[in-house]
Amino acid sequence: MSSETKQILTTDGIPLEVSLKKAERKNKIKAFLLVAPLLLFLLITYVFPIGDMLMRSVDDKMVTEMLPKTFKAMEKWDGNELPEEEVFAAFHSDFIKLVEEKREGKLSTQLNYTKNGFKSIIKKLRRKSKSFEEGNYKEQIMSVHKRWANVEYWQAIKRRAPAYTGQKYLKGIDMFKNETGEIVSVPKDRRIHRILWLRTLEIAFFVTVFCFLMAYPIAHLLATLPMKYSNLLMICVLLPFWTSLLVRTASWMILLQQQGIVNDFFVWTGLVTDDNRPEMMYNKTGSYVAMTQILLPFMVLPLYSVMKTISPSLMRAGKSLGGTPFVAFWKVYFPLTIPGIGAGCLLVFILAIGYYITPALVGGASGTLISNQIAFHMKSTLDWSFASAMGLMLLTGVLVIYWLYNKIVGIDNIKLG
Amino acid sequence: MALPKYTEPHYRIWHYIYLTICAAVFFFLIAPLFVIFPLSFNAEEFLVFSDGMKRLDPDAFSLRWYQDMIYGTKNPWGLAAKNSFIIAIFATIGSVLLGTVAALGLSSRHMPYKGLIMAVLISPMIVPLIISGVAIFFFMAKAGLAATHTGIVLAHIILGTPFVVITVTATLSGFDHSVTRAAASLGSDPVNTFMKITLPLILPGVISGGLFAFVTSFDEVVVVLFLAGLENTTIPIQMWTGLREQLSPTILAVATCLIILSTLILVTAELLRRRSERLRGINR
Repeated sequence: MSSETKQILTTDGIPLEVSLKKAERKNKIKAFLLVAPLLLFLLITYVFPIGDMLMRSVDDKMVTEMLPKTFKAMEKWDGNELPEEEVFAAFHSDFIKLVEEKREGKLSTQLNYTKNGFKSIIKKLRRKSKSFEEGNYKEQIMSVHKRWANVEYWQAIKRRAPAYTGQKYLKGIDMFKNETGEIVSVPKDRRIHRILWLRTLEIAFFVTVFCFLMAYPIAHLLATLPMKYSNLLMICVLLPFWTSLLVRTASWMILLQQQGIVNDFFVWTGLVTDDNRPEMMYNKTGSYVAMTQILLPFMVLPLYSVMKTISPSLMRAGKSLGGTPFVAFWKVYFPLTIPGIGAGCLLVFILAIGYYITPALVGGASGTLISNQIAFHMKSTLDWSFASAMGLMLLTGVLVIYWLYNKIVGIDNIKLG
Repeated sequence: MALPKYTEPHYRIWHYIYLTICAAVFFFLIAPLFVIFPLSFNAEEFLVFSDGMKRLDPDAFSLRWYQDMIYGTKNPWGLAAKNSFIIAIFATIGSVLLGTVAALGLSSRHMPYKGLIMAVLISPMIVPLIISGVAIFFFMAKAGLAATHTGIVLAHIILGTPFVVITVTATLSGFDHSVTRAAASLGSDPVNTFMKITLPLILPGVISGGLFAFVTSFDEVVVVLFLAGLENTTIPIQMWTGLREQLSPTILAVATCLIILSTLILVTAELLRRRSERLRGINR
């Protein structure tokens, strides 16, 4: 405000600008207070626990805390040849303490993750260490087993010194840090996770494509039919949408089984012989078919809501200007539906990439996705830090798509039903 | 969609191909649901249509699987249904309360950082359920709420609120704010204005958000699998175990009941949507 213009005052003598700002701030606080309960609730119960997953996935404090003196002594060791007596003595003192606390088993499990062969030599060391004499621990420990005299095992221990590690993430893409600290891939026959990631992307991609190909014509039909017919047909889209996921998966299990209706139909048409019915479930086919049908409504609804806004006169105009119906469709109608296509495809892709229930039930071994692997590590191997790491890798991918979705469609424009 | 009389023959053919494709897709969408009905009345134990059923022989049909569902010995469905309803009802109440209030704040034009906050509030809907499951499980385990009804209800509130936020925000987007100002100028306090003016107008959106939250909770299995103990078993968990172990006709009887329930919910939601559009003056 320039100094010449007289400030406008409110009735109580405060400059109008100040008073307005105050009112504005009050309104902001009011609006924020309304959102605050939910925001706080979600932050505590949901957002922070996801951060907790991040901590768990890189946390490697267990060994660090078990062998504090050893790692202190190892700081001076260059790691090329066998360490000095000082390290052995420190290791012995840490080890005795662990044996007293009955935690040496945990140590051997942990070290075995880094290098195979620790389990037996730690057991042996526990037995022999009772009769150890004071001093010259290097000789005494090395005499327990020849692996204790092998520098590779000491290098393996040193690798566990940092309290944080990215090794679970490397494991998630079938890589690891070898003895010399290089990051290399695991042998070809043990690369299970890369296959799973690729398969997840592949299935999510093709399910999205199938959904698009099937949803486009029916969304168009729904958008162009008179209201009284389209309302009726809309139920065909909405009823599956509201029906339990498990019910729909169950119906596919009935349809796709070997003696099921789909196979009966194939036999009836003569496509296959009765004793040669194809397996359509417990493999990729099962995942594809069931996931496409289950996710189809999520593609139809955004497409429909965009097509509904396109005036039919545009197509007529295109035709009257000399375009054939195909040209008019391709040059006029299709480009107008691209926002809907983007929204639908991103939504279906996001949902498909994290699918768990349906692949677990109809996917068999060749149709399971990365989510199934996460669940497996949460429930069966109990390697929660690995499950967290893989979950976060998946989450990163989804958040990138979510961000794209926000850019293209806008989160506020999500419509339901 | 009748074609004009002057349509050339090959476009006419294309048109019929298009209609056939549409019919096939609609069939693909809806037909799988209908295979469950007849098989749940099967008199035999197999999940295929028996010869008797194909001949429509009355003896081939029976209600035995429905009897088994309700009266069967050591059957889990009674407890599961009770738990499912209790959890879903409380989760719906929680989601609706938190979500509606948050949507009111989000719809205010004074709301700071609207985009960011909206993204956080919607995230439970976007993040894959398995990740939500792991994260929520870690929280509930730390809070000592794993394997309790409270824990599952809280988890379902997390998953249900995005739907309420979205539907109520959508309803509020067509809301004429001059009516609340009119109420205020006539001496009504904000709470009174909300109860008497705003709420009745946005009620269809609130209820349909509540329906979404209810269905989300009632149908949710991934997160519950992490959280539930034996006492907290729900219908989806029982279906999941049943489908993994052995697909029995009893499950189909349950599934039929669930389809009927979802049809009822669909009809309610549709009626509400239309009423809401009428109230907001969007006539189509």
